[in-house]
Amino acid sequence: MLYAILCYHSEDVVGSWTKEEDDAVMARLAVVHEKLAREGRLGPVARLLPTTAATTLRKDQDPPLVLDGPFAETKEQLLGFYLVEGGSLEEILDTARDLAAANPGGAYEIRPVGVYHPGGGKP
Amino acid sequence: MTDIAWIEAAVAGARPKAISALLRYFRDLDIAEEAFQEACLKALALWPQKGPPRDPTAWLIFVGRNAAIDVVRRRSREAELPDEAVLSDLGDAEASLADRLDDAHYRDDILRLLFICCHPDLSATQQIALALRIVSGLTVPQIAHAFLVSEAAMEQRITRAKSRIAKAGVPFETPGPVERSERLAAVATMIYLVFNEGYSAPSVEGARARLCDEAIRLARLLLRLFPAEPEIMGLAALMLLQHSRLEARFDEDGALILLDDQDRALWNGAMIAEGLALIDKAMRHRRPGPYLIQAAIAALHARATRPEETDWQQIDLLYATLEHLQPSPVVTLNRAVAVSKVAGPAAALAMIEPLATPLGNYFHYYGLVGHLLLQLDRPAEARLAFDRAISLARTPAEAAHIRSHLDRLAAEAAPKAIAASAR
Repeated sequence: MLYAILCYHSEDVVGSWTKEEDDAVMARLAVVHEKLAREGRLGPVARLLPTTAATTLRKDQDPPLVLDGPFAETKEQLLGFYLVEGGSLEEILDTARDLAAANPGGAYEIRPVGVYHPGGGKP
Repeated sequence: MTDIAWIEAAVAGARPKAISALLRYFRDLDIAEEAFQEACLKALALWPQKGPPRDPTAWLIFVGRNAAIDVVRRRSREAELPDEAVLSDLGDAEASLADRLDDAHYRDDILRLLFICCHPDLSATQQIALALRIVSGLTVPQIAHAFLVSEAAMEQRITRAKSRIAKAGVPFETPGPVERSERLAAVATMIYLVFNEGYSAPSVEGARARLCDEAIRLARLLLRLFPAEPEIMGLAALMLLQHSRLEARFDEDGALILLDDQDRALWNGAMIAEGLALIDKAMRHRRPGPYLIQAAIAALHARATRPEETDWQQIDLLYATLEHLQPSPVVTLNRAVAVSKVAGPAAALAMIEPLATPLGNYFHYYGLVGHLLLQLDRPAEARLAFDRAISLARTPAEAAHIRSHLDRLAAEAAPKAIAASAR
């Protein structure tokens, strides 16, 4: 089964990392990514730009309303996500623990994926 | 990451919100800073054992406030406060405090804190130093290093700035919409000052270059609080796009490399992406201000994968709009670069010749005049302009850049001289 691992962390904290600290976290994460890739379990991975770059389309009205900023004002923000193949929740939790050891602080929300289209878009 | 590193990151992230909330309670910058310091010490002592609190910012504000009340009361020999165990056991108090500190509150608190730093009585250097010390939390040695002055001198500069502010009185009432937008504009200017202090640093390395990162951080902070302000988006985008070229701006000897000669592969793609995204958002508001226009100009450079692909026509138009919004000889000077590409060096030179008086002491003026004269094949006049530019250079990198042109001129002149003497 495919799982989404949604990465939440305080943007204030992540934003106050120096470049060296940021690079160190990314280097530690890369080790986990390589392991997952070797196991053939790693799907798309994304690190999102800061929420200041976000725009929200409220579609509960017609025409939809375009708002500057992220959907929700929260203490911790959605900063990125993984798609990872896993045989069970336990296996995915182990993966998330590996990622957490490389990048402590904040939280991972683990969500099984219902529909998945790899798509053909080129970033 | 160790406990200490994690706590330091959390504390650094919480700093602007926490200090500005504490400033609202105590209406005194020194007490607010002391209170925050106390709270940080308690965090270092308590968080490793108890684990991090749910909302570190609210925790620091709550504990800092109690610590400072303690100090204030001790000073006035009043009743004792509950002991630390009670203070540390925050429980419901933390949640209710977090509720009260909604984002609207933080918004005006942080704006006030930033606005205090750009008090008109303070010089630009004092504003920058104060913002870096109080809001960004840089240490006095770090700031002193960035400004190439002694720690004692910087300490004194900051102390003087603070006492000026204390005398002037801090505006504590909640600002109305007009005041709020005036404060935003003043703060935006101050943030750009911080950025330029870093951007004009003579090299990539060193404490001053870090000021660019701090300025971008401050702009993002402001933008999170005021997400629908196109000029703040423009300011953030402008700084991101300029800073994206950091690694490409200097050669190994520390000499400046002009935009046309930079290795564009060294430009920071993530910063460019963020800058372009912010410009896209800001353009939707359809009321471009000076920062947004400057960002749009920087974006046209960023979008060109090779210098020849630069859309100079569009850059010329944007500078024309900027001249209209914010007339200044420096803007005209910048526009002349675009004009030289679109209409040729003669048109550009004609455009900037009247600026010799207002820009008579400006390094870049004579640099550009020299370049245009060179393109027009007037080497003797070009040499005079370059000599003038060197005498006005503020950094070794600027001087070295002009010297390379003079050297090239000399090298080109030499064979001609030999040819002439042979004749």
